Amino acid sequence: MTAGTGMPGTPDPRDVPEGTVVLGASDVARALTRIAHEIVERAKGAQDVVLLGIPTRGVTLAARLAQRLASIDPAFDPERDLGELDVTMYRDDLRRQPTRAVGVTRLPAAGIEGKTVVLVDDVLFSGRTIRAALDAIGDLGRPQAVRLACLVDRGHRELPIRPDFVGKNLPTAQTERVRVLLAEVDGSDAVVISGREPGAAAPGEGDQR
Amino acid sequence: MTTTTYVLRGARPLGGEPADVVLADGVITQVAAPGAVDVPAGDDVVEIAADGHVLLPGLVDLHTHLREPGREDAETVASGTRAAAVGGFTAVHAMANTSPVADTAGVVEQVWRLGQEAGWVDVHPVGAVTVGLGGERLAELGAMADSAARVRVFSDDGKCVHDPILMRRALEYVKAFDGVVAQHAQEPRLTEGAQMNEGVVSAEIGLAGWPAVAEEAIIARDVLLAEHVGSRLHVCHLSTAGSVEIVRWAKGRGIDVTAEVTPHHLILTDELARTYDPTYKVNPPLRTAEDVEAVRQGLADGTIDIVATDHAPHTREDKDCEWGAAAFGMTGLETALAVVQQTMVDTGRLSWADVARVLSTNPARIGRVADHGRPVEVGEPANLTLVDPAASRTVDGAAQATASGNTPFAGRELPGRVVATFLRGRATVLDGAPVEPAAAPAAQRGGAR
Amino acid sequence: MRHLLSTADLAKDEAIELLDTAAQMAATQSREIKKLPTLRGRTVVNLFFEDSTRTRISFETAAKRLSADVINFSAKGSSVSKGESLKDTALTLHAMGADAVVVRHWASGAPYQLAHAGWLDAAVLNAGDGTHMHPTQALLDAYTIRRHLGGHGGGLRRGGDDGVGADLAGVKVAIVGDVLHSRVARANVWLLRTLGAEVTLVSPPTLLPVGVESWPCRTSYDLDATLADWQPDAVMMLRVQRERMSGGAGAFFPSPLEYTRYFGLDGRRLALLPAHSIVMHPGPMNRGLEISAEAADSDRAVIVEQVANGVAVRMASLYLLLSGTASSAAVPASLPAPVSSTTEGTAL
Repeated sequence: MTAGTGMPGTPDPRDVPEGTVVLGASDVARALTRIAHEIVERAKGAQDVVLLGIPTRGVTLAARLAQRLASIDPAFDPERDLGELDVTMYRDDLRRQPTRAVGVTRLPAAGIEGKTVVLVDDVLFSGRTIRAALDAIGDLGRPQAVRLACLVDRGHRELPIRPDFVGKNLPTAQTERVRVLLAEVDGSDAVVISGREPGAAAPGEGDQR
Repeated sequence: MTTTTYVLRGARPLGGEPADVVLADGVITQVAAPGAVDVPAGDDVVEIAADGHVLLPGLVDLHTHLREPGREDAETVASGTRAAAVGGFTAVHAMANTSPVADTAGVVEQVWRLGQEAGWVDVHPVGAVTVGLGGERLAELGAMADSAARVRVFSDDGKCVHDPILMRRALEYVKAFDGVVAQHAQEPRLTEGAQMNEGVVSAEIGLAGWPAVAEEAIIARDVLLAEHVGSRLHVCHLSTAGSVEIVRWAKGRGIDVTAEVTPHHLILTDELARTYDPTYKVNPPLRTAEDVEAVRQGLADGTIDIVATDHAPHTREDKDCEWGAAAFGMTGLETALAVVQQTMVDTGRLSWADVARVLSTNPARIGRVADHGRPVEVGEPANLTLVDPAASRTVDGAAQATASGNTPFAGRELPGRVVATFLRGRATVLDGAPVEPAAAPAAQRGGAR
Repeated sequence: MRHLLSTADLAKDEAIELLDTAAQMAATQSREIKKLPTLRGRTVVNLFFEDSTRTRISFETAAKRLSADVINFSAKGSSVSKGESLKDTALTLHAMGADAVVVRHWASGAPYQLAHAGWLDAAVLNAGDGTHMHPTQALLDAYTIRRHLGGHGGGLRRGGDDGVGADLAGVKVAIVGDVLHSRVARANVWLLRTLGAEVTLVSPPTLLPVGVESWPCRTSYDLDATLADWQPDAVMMLRVQRERMSGGAGAFFPSPLEYTRYFGLDGRRLALLPAHSIVMHPGPMNRGLEISAEAADSDRAVIVEQVANGVAVRMASLYLLLSGTASSAAVPASLPAPVSSTTEGTAL
């Protein structure tokens, strides 16, 4: 439940070295607004839409999307239609990482039964987190549909999963690191890419290998 | 009888001034200033460079478990006495809790004879006080005393002679042949199910406690009994500060009591039980650091007369299990002298002459063994131990001569090294390694292990 | 976390992580589908050298809710025979590829030996050993206390819903009964101390261990005074074993009636407690001996809830032992490789 337990691609910002800022604060805001409109358009209104943020930054993004949805369509009530979904216990890599703390799962008050659930995550990469999230949703109820929104799609999918709503498609090399920084967690909004030279690790890391 | 003559060059008898010592025909034939002795070289003369080495009278253990007859899987007379020789001993007292119990002339003679055949040390069987160690009626103490084994020490060790009237009778009865009752002081009702010293550690780790008072109450009773009937009492493996005080008080009153402490109670504490390693399970249990200090003080000031090993070999099956299911006891013959050196000599609390007293002279006197624990002088039996106090070693349980591996000192570095042991002039250990006795039956027995 | 052997080994942050994880596990247990895929493909062995159907079922439920394969291994017959039974059992479990061994044993320290003797490489979870420790019982007790005293009305000021994230600073807990033989008491004293709670042990002098002076708690022989003057937030009643009253001269107290008179929790003593105080018992209860029916069935009693919380705490313990790279320690060199190693999802 701490910042250090975030998804791959969103490490603790304290060790963020210099990187290339690919999206600034205004870009992030515009992307979220656009996604909100697409969600409403796709669902033909927001009355049956609920948002499920995936910790850590997906939860923050979902909260921002909820405000935008509510301003687009008053049928969406953030108090009722916003939740968070911890997928730790559904991951397939528990033995390959240091022990992960189990996070909070809080379903929307409206529930998910028969709803259009929009999963919200910051960076879409291998797709394994979303696979875990789909399994978790399956144990929690039977939505009418599940859709996926992410701020950045950096490619390199390992599973047949694709997003419905994307803030920015970002072609990357496998070795690069993509981080989404958000004001609520990190102090300011940005999307940062680092490790641009393939195979060249940061100096501090190289010493340890 | 041996025909080899040994010349120990530059050895320090009892840690004193260097001397050349010559052993021939089973006795010490010369003790002279270095270079002053002259023995013509020959096939039957062995010179040993003993510069800086300490020469002690052969060590005498008043408390050894050789396990034979009955538990030859843990130790035999042959393997146990071999270990004794390696540890510097020339005589051991074999405790009576064998199977069958050494409570008849027949069994003690058997053990005595096995010792003779093995040839590593003199084995003096201890006779049981009560039939079958049952604590109910006296064994035939007179018959054991009169047997070929000439038993003088009687003990139900492993069990306490807790019935006061039975203890009184035993103390009185052995006066007829100058025997001594060696009491294993453990009040049985206070120690039912007990696993370790009762105190801070037992409370925390949840092992049933063995209170110091269970030992002290018996010692207090027994010294008063010994005083009343005018008998000699020996207290086995005393382990608590309170026991030291009681013995000190009794000696002050003139009561004829002697006391022993084991090497492990001089150095190990009940903190080791936190590992739940049954190697550290022993009877009496390891006590606190305060108790360790008290027994060291008692040994230094003469309250405690001797160090005895309570060498208690056990098979792996009896130790490779839960603490609660494991057997009590640890081996000690091959580490006793080193522990005494570390805790008492290297700390300045005992001289090497004192070591000779507590590990040889006194135990021989208490056990009435005439030809051991003698001075290092011309004409005395050549029962001797040569020690290099400057050496050190790391204990390896598997490499020991004893048949069992339950040493609590495995992996520890201990000071000193027994370079040679002589039994009536014959080397049983040379250069730290056992020398197989030439006698055919003994060699076969030794080889069988 | 490699093993869970003793609450004395737990650091405060580890203890809180266990309780917080238990809270998330508990949340999943109110769902229609209670089973989680978390430990799929992992093998948990319940190794019981001593009967305890309740504890075994609790662990079995916890492991199954996490999708682990559960093998129940009852070795009770071995309790009297010594020899290498513990070692042989351990080697057998190693050969079977057990990932975690939940061990209940009559001998204090047996789980410690299993974890340290080099006989197997599985995570060892102590489910109660002799008169030593019962860590998951203490954790479920702490979890129950935190749930009730966290948030409104209780003494806890920190933490969110149900006290998640909080320690137990300032909470006062009275533990009443046979402390001498109780692994529950030992486990609780150290865990509660680590979490910042204050503990008073209330017991007849015969049932307090010699050496208790060194424990991080206070002791009392007077239950009435402790309840009335100290005003504990939680009262934990320990089970009194029948055999403690028998044995003639060795009995620990004169009669059951006298025990109940001085150390039993009844309606009158319940009324001495503050309004928010809770009554706990590790079960099974001797109604009419250490606790009256009135006390056991009162609104203050959280005894049934303790049982439910036990499953969540054991799920949390198994999760924290079996997830993460730390638990896949190298097999000791002296051991042969297991017959079949667990295989899992491939590349990441």
